[in-house]
Amino acid sequence: MLRLEARPHPSTAALLLAPLLAVLLTLLAGALLFALLGFAPAAALKAFFITPVNSLYGLGELAMKATPLLLCAIGLAVGFRANIWNIGAEGQLLMGAIAGSGVALFLRPADGAPWVLPAMFLAGALGGMAWAAVPAFLKLRFNASEILTSLMLTYVARLFLRWLVGGPWRDPDGYNFPQSPMFAPDAVIPPLLHGTRLGFGALLALAVTLGGWFLLSRTFLGFQIRVIGLTSAAAGYAGFDRGRVTWLSLLLSGALAGIAGLNEVAGPIGQLTPFVSPGYGFTAIIVAFLGRLHPIGILFASLLVALSYLGGESAQISLGLPLAATDVFQGMLLFFLLASEVLVRYRPRLARTRG
Amino acid sequence: MKFVKWALAAAMTMSLGLPTAHADAPFKAAWIYVGPVSDHGYSFQHDQGRKAVEAALGAKVKTTFVESVPEGADAERVLTQLARDGNKLIFSTSFGFMNATLKVARAFPDVKFEHATGYKRAANVSTFSARFYEGRAVLGTIAGKMTKTGVVGYIASIPIPEVVRGIDAFTIALRKVRPDAKVKVIYVNSWYDPGKEAAAAKALIDQGADVLAQHTDSAAPVQTAEERGVWCFGQSSDMTRYAPHRLLTGIIENWDQYDVAEVKAAMNGSWKSHDTWGGLASGMVKLSPYNPAMPRDVVAAAEKTRQDIIAGKLNPFAGPITDQSGKLVVPAGKSLSDAQLLGLRFYVQGVEGNLPK
Repeated sequence: MLRLEARPHPSTAALLLAPLLAVLLTLLAGALLFALLGFAPAAALKAFFITPVNSLYGLGELAMKATPLLLCAIGLAVGFRANIWNIGAEGQLLMGAIAGSGVALFLRPADGAPWVLPAMFLAGALGGMAWAAVPAFLKLRFNASEILTSLMLTYVARLFLRWLVGGPWRDPDGYNFPQSPMFAPDAVIPPLLHGTRLGFGALLALAVTLGGWFLLSRTFLGFQIRVIGLTSAAAGYAGFDRGRVTWLSLLLSGALAGIAGLNEVAGPIGQLTPFVSPGYGFTAIIVAFLGRLHPIGILFASLLVALSYLGGESAQISLGLPLAATDVFQGMLLFFLLASEVLVRYRPRLARTRG
Repeated sequence: MKFVKWALAAAMTMSLGLPTAHADAPFKAAWIYVGPVSDHGYSFQHDQGRKAVEAALGAKVKTTFVESVPEGADAERVLTQLARDGNKLIFSTSFGFMNATLKVARAFPDVKFEHATGYKRAANVSTFSARFYEGRAVLGTIAGKMTKTGVVGYIASIPIPEVVRGIDAFTIALRKVRPDAKVKVIYVNSWYDPGKEAAAAKALIDQGADVLAQHTDSAAPVQTAEERGVWCFGQSSDMTRYAPHRLLTGIIENWDQYDVAEVKAAMNGSWKSHDTWGGLASGMVKLSPYNPAMPRDVVAAAEKTRQDIIAGKLNPFAGPITDQSGKLVVPAGKSLSDAQLLGLRFYVQGVEGNLPK
């Protein structure tokens, strides 16, 4: 029997090198996979990792794809550190998009009002927050598992969005197709750089990353969060207020997910449609763990996951690599990352099975 | 700012210019799909169109496709990448790609776009779709002959005009044959969700439906019909092999001739932005082979409906048409116009349940 035994002192160098090793192993295994499928491995890897980001436009796209993942994952990580399992960032993202769109569609003044976009961002944050407040309340009042309530509220949010864009918020000139009118120019985030689609949401996400790091590593509140997550009993003896941390982490992750959703509809999409997010809120859970629940790690994880999506498209375009091969490749990347992480922290031991 | 613009333009020409530098280089055309090409449904049929282009033009074209493109912010990037990659004609095959297609078309005025099922056009953006409701009128005729209980189940995707048109055309034809027949509709809120589609099929059969029609892409409903021994109709591609004993016929989406014609036009410079809404006559809508178990008189009735529509003798939306409340909406001698059909949002008499608003 193979058994895993915790290493008492995992080497710091190994911890830092593990992700690099994982990427290297993925490249090797990927090259083998592509060769077996009949594609030149070097060209396939180049199409996957280099082509998508070899231009300013490509880099902008990478940052844009990473932004919602980063925003959601930072918020989730704060909660996960405290053992608060918000699985419903996707729903909070949608509610943020809905609330912000409401501002864009209905509270629009005559013209050129500089407060429209800030108001939309505020509404987005509040929308996500309100949706995350429900699991927080149910957990503290009725001890209901936030895993279930937050997940189920995602489906409610999805249906609510469909109802809005198919009914009351439907574009009157849109032949009854389920989507809102396009937002007015004032209500759309302008690109930061000419020739890209990148808006200031990406900068906001970077600021949030630094803020998340500061909160977790440099504040007493962050200390409380970590202690509650590591040893709940000790936190109890120390008199840390678990209710406060529950509220805080859920409201924070809800607000960030809401901003992520608003940043999509007010940015690249420019209207409210049923397809705001291809599952960013769920992918962000993977991103949070891939980044080891550390804000800086999450920053890199979000870029890596974003690159794997862009790389998949690029390999389809330039080589005709089937999407399924892309999925396998993404799976291998995650597998090697998690496996090397485990092996750095644990030692495999051959244990004799008792007879 | 001006310099950045210039540098970008230069960079773009460099990355684009090389493949087209040679006169004998193949013409590049690309397709993007909302689903996987293996769905044996909507995206599969569009990919058949791409393959038809390859078969017809051989080495003179080079085709590319990207599958499972989400209908949010990602579509614009994929379209941009395809345009930058030197594709000169791009088929954007889902409604949800509409605004992204228009945006990218503005940025690449020398690239032509073909958007399926949308309503916005530009100098370099054409739209195309098919009058699937014509095929559904044939299915309704068959259903009217085959149903014993007088209850027909209809598994629908999303309550957009195209789907409502299909339900109405089907019901009108059904009740011409069997005036007391009812159509029960279940929306699964997705184009492709085998689990939900199968559950909807079972629920409809349990409510007495002995014929099932579907406007969703998976084979789950016809498989359920085969198991439970009720008649059914396929959708998008030929689904006979999933329900060999119970599938009467089905709607087939056929883009082959259209795609080939548009690529040829773009190659010889005669391409123009236009709107195409083809039906049974143009071959965009086809029917899969009738099941041998279908009685001869049913085949004859189905063929008469089909031929009359092709010949222009039968308009599936000719009056008198009454809505659910019994109000006469279209008097005899009149019919719904294309503009009214494009925004259709009411059920005709015989459809049960309320249209989701």
